[in-house]
Amino acid sequence: MIQDLLTPAVLAGIVYSGIRLATPYLYATLGETIGQLSGVLNLGVEGIMLMGAYAGFYLTFRTGNPWIGLLAAIVVGALLGLANAVITVTLKAEQGISGIGVFLFGLGMSELLFRMTFGSVETVSGFGPVRLPVLGDIPVLGDLLFNHSLMVYFAYLLVPLVWVLLNRTTWGLRIKAAGQNPAAADALGVSINRVRYATVTLGGVLSSVAGASLSIALLNVFQQNLTSGMGFIAVALVYFGGWSPLGALAGSLLFSTVNALQSWIQVLGIPIAPDFALMLPYVLTIVMLAVPFRKARQPAALTKPFERGEG
Amino acid sequence: MRKLYLMTAVLVIGALFLGACGTATPTEAPAPETPPTAAPAAPEATAVPAEPFRVAVVMPSATNDLAFSQSMYDALLVVQEQMGGPESFEIAYSESMFVIEDAAAAIRDYASQGFDLIIAHGSQYGSSLQEIAPDFPETSFAWGTTLDTFGMPNVFAYEARSEQGGYVNGVVAASLSTSGVIGVIGPIETGDAKLYVDGFAAGVAATNAAATVPTVWTGSFSDTALASQAAQTHIDAGADVLTGTAQMVAGAIGVAQESDVLWFGTQSNQAVLAPGIVVASQVYHWEVVLAQMIELIQGGTYGGESFSIDLANGGEVVEFNPDYSVPADVQALADETTQGIIDGSIVIPLAD
Repeated sequence: MIQDLLTPAVLAGIVYSGIRLATPYLYATLGETIGQLSGVLNLGVEGIMLMGAYAGFYLTFRTGNPWIGLLAAIVVGALLGLANAVITVTLKAEQGISGIGVFLFGLGMSELLFRMTFGSVETVSGFGPVRLPVLGDIPVLGDLLFNHSLMVYFAYLLVPLVWVLLNRTTWGLRIKAAGQNPAAADALGVSINRVRYATVTLGGVLSSVAGASLSIALLNVFQQNLTSGMGFIAVALVYFGGWSPLGALAGSLLFSTVNALQSWIQVLGIPIAPDFALMLPYVLTIVMLAVPFRKARQPAALTKPFERGEG
Repeated sequence: MRKLYLMTAVLVIGALFLGACGTATPTEAPAPETPPTAAPAAPEATAVPAEPFRVAVVMPSATNDLAFSQSMYDALLVVQEQMGGPESFEIAYSESMFVIEDAAAAIRDYASQGFDLIIAHGSQYGSSLQEIAPDFPETSFAWGTTLDTFGMPNVFAYEARSEQGGYVNGVVAASLSTSGVIGVIGPIETGDAKLYVDGFAAGVAATNAAATVPTVWTGSFSDTALASQAAQTHIDAGADVLTGTAQMVAGAIGVAQESDVLWFGTQSNQAVLAPGIVVASQVYHWEVVLAQMIELIQGGTYGGESFSIDLANGGEVVEFNPDYSVPADVQALADETTQGIIDGSIVIPLAD
């Protein structure tokens, strides 16, 4: 039975699905990584994802143009990110709690709006698969890697972009300084609050786009609680990835691939209880979180609002 | 200063919480405002009740989920129509009650407000109902899907014999499949979902013994992404016909449509979602059992009985999608199968 998993067709299916399904996790995890590196924990990723999923879906449905949907998701994400920055940076709210508030707001509001604007479940034609020229013609690899939705390619392109931003620009240095030693950075003239406003807003945009990647690229539907917990997984994947874009990539891919694997385990009738198969990705995440060296990389000022003259 | 910030933050969060809960509070269905009536008056056995019959329903997902919750909501609207409109039949509902504690609070609220019949539409609400019902002996409660009334005189129970429509769907699916691989996507292996999946597999097996029916359980009723991934995996594994149950299947139907793979629905008519590929849906018509309950309540019996919807009593109907043309011989086979189940000549073998 297990050897059924090792046929080329099944392996190809797992790899393709793994790449595709990592998309929402990638956007959300990268956004949350940037925010956490600057010292702000946002547990509301899930809520912003839902709002982005709704906004993207609604405008795609109304205009028939997924680009307008994507733009709407970006705007909504920026607004919610900004609101989140006001709560966590200016008002210095307890981040663990305010994030839950943002989540519940997104959960309720996206559902309410959905009900007010749609009578029933609808589908849209979003960003379908695009076979890249030349690369898409490579045997085997072309099918697996270069025949995806545009929103999938964007997600993977973001990984090196975020890496460069964090490691090769002054802005990246400021972000990390704000998260590691805000007092010292402040003394050097870095505006901690300005940095955090920017990262939290950017995190909101990426979370929102993560939601839209579901509703207008991967699933092309919207339903209440469409994301069903993905935003919380993304927060865990930030820890899993050790606050690095490459770690976020590895975590997202591992999670989505194990998820694709459990689907195949059930389809092939391999006698492992479905409940156990469904648990697999979560168990793996927890195991990886327990690896001790990761803790050392945690930004020292994470969840601590900045107050001049303290610490 | 810091305290002020903290207080503001708490207020903001409080407002957010309220915003989130807002959608879960009891919503009145389109009905004219009724003047507050005195405490739940004794039911009038007269032919024309002076006061409207008031029904409240608590359900796990949205009234527009194209699945379990919608099947009940649509049925209530039919009953309302039959009973003469909102003036004589009032509907109140609380949807998306995935938190059982919230559902219990809503059930108790409705009972205190003197509703005639309170429906807890989801087997997860059973233990709450068992606790609440004895406190309101003059109020009738109903819950499903189950046959267990807890032996209480004011609790009705209802279930769907979903294996019957599932069997018909399975027969048609097996007739239309060329690859002989028919994928099933189920939520949690229990209740009407399990019955449907078992019935479907039995229908396939009876029609084409060589066909395989791989099944993926997602462990959730609402995880649209997992359902769509399951559909994709089925298609990658060679399935050319799919079926599934629970509100999460919207995502799976989308995948089926993209890959031009046939779909069989259940609970509500899902043809609207993808007219090109949905062949048939088993539709629940709860109005059949609702009508019986209401009649009993008006006659002074508040519970103690259980009901089933099935093909024979018209509570389940396999509705074919007019936009998808089924070959005449397959249609005939479907009709024959339905008739066979109704008259008992076809007995559906179910796994335990």
